[in-house]
Amino acid sequence: MLMSTTPSTECDPKPVVSGMEMRDSSVRDVGGLKILSNGTQSQIAEWVDELVRVRDQRDEAAFIRVFQHFGPRVKAFLMRTGMDAALAEECAQEVLVTVWNKAHLYDASRASPSTWIFTIARNKKIDVLRKQKRPEPEDLPWGPEAEPDQADVLGLQQESEQLGRALRDLPEKQRELIEKAYFGDLSHSEIAEQTGLPLGTIKSRIRLALDRLRHSLK
Amino acid sequence: MTVKHHLTDDLLMAYSVGDLPEAVNLIVATHISLCDECRAALEAYEALGGAVLDTCDSVALSETSLTSVLDMIHTQDNAIVVNDRSAPAKDSVLPTPLADYVDGGLENVKWRSVGMGVKQAVLNTSSEASARLLYIPAGTAIPDHGHKGMELTLVLQGAFQDEDGYFGRGDIEIASEDVHHTPVADISEDCICLAVTDAPLKFKGLVPRIAQPFLGI
Repeated sequence: MLMSTTPSTECDPKPVVSGMEMRDSSVRDVGGLKILSNGTQSQIAEWVDELVRVRDQRDEAAFIRVFQHFGPRVKAFLMRTGMDAALAEECAQEVLVTVWNKAHLYDASRASPSTWIFTIARNKKIDVLRKQKRPEPEDLPWGPEAEPDQADVLGLQQESEQLGRALRDLPEKQRELIEKAYFGDLSHSEIAEQTGLPLGTIKSRIRLALDRLRHSLK
Repeated sequence: MTVKHHLTDDLLMAYSVGDLPEAVNLIVATHISLCDECRAALEAYEALGGAVLDTCDSVALSETSLTSVLDMIHTQDNAIVVNDRSAPAKDSVLPTPLADYVDGGLENVKWRSVGMGVKQAVLNTSSEASARLLYIPAGTAIPDHGHKGMELTLVLQGAFQDEDGYFGRGDIEIASEDVHHTPVADISEDCICLAVTDAPLKFKGLVPRIAQPFLGI
């Protein structure tokens, strides 16, 4: 096991805060590259840091922080999809083990940590509740060695923040509608149209990244 | 990529949520493998799922959970396959999710003739919806049919034309309950499609009705 030697945040207890907390005012290390983000760093970027430490350094302390932040959310999410507390607990633990085991697949230019962990939790739910395997799209041919463009990493973080903010700012009834769709107890017709969430920006950014990738492979 | 006929937002969102029957998941995953636009849309819905996870309440894990999880990662750590992204040799017609259902590639598909030169292979999925590969010789028409539920047809090779337009590789036709259509395979090449239905098709006309038990749809 490789433990990280990164000193800075190794032992900081990270307070769990909701919403858009801007913390830290220096140059930060994301995905091994120094970046400047107007002297501030968002919470999403911090969790990207932690996951990247888990991925690249097999940093167990970082994993424990990820576990403590996301574990209770994953458990709550799974309970809302219909699992009892005991099953949700067991599955949440397995989801976090998957985070550790599949950390090498994490790509910060394609998904925020929450998004990536959501997909693992969702697959667990399908596996357990529907007892089905889930056909997944073919992977794009970018291997773990291809370093994602830092502009894409940052752009995706900013858009994920924007999306999170938009979701929190929705009138309560609309937000509940979306949450229900993701917990699987609502049909999803027209939710996106009704709520006007900024999915388009994320979609276009990912689309751009795909175009660039295909171009570079030609 | 010249895909012109795409998935609906409803299907993409339901796929991202994980609400669809296996056969529908299969056709969605196969289309996304061929369509960047829908892949990007899916990733946006998954980003929304991530945002929901963030705003969701939390429920405390049991006191022993951290110890159990650390135990699990310690015992499993040596077993990690570091490069499970490197895809196996690809079939040029069947994208990976579909290839997984036919033991690897087109040459392994167990076709059964259903008459008029048309062949099909029913894929093994959960029973809520059914998935089949269809092989339609160039220039052949599939009998006019309506359906009780939804019918999704994804072109994998060749093309077909019907009342709704021209569908080439990667294009998906989404036919609702009231649609009656007569797809005709393009003359240039034999057409291979993945078809998914969530209820039996209804054929009009005598001969097709006789053929229906053979098609099993």
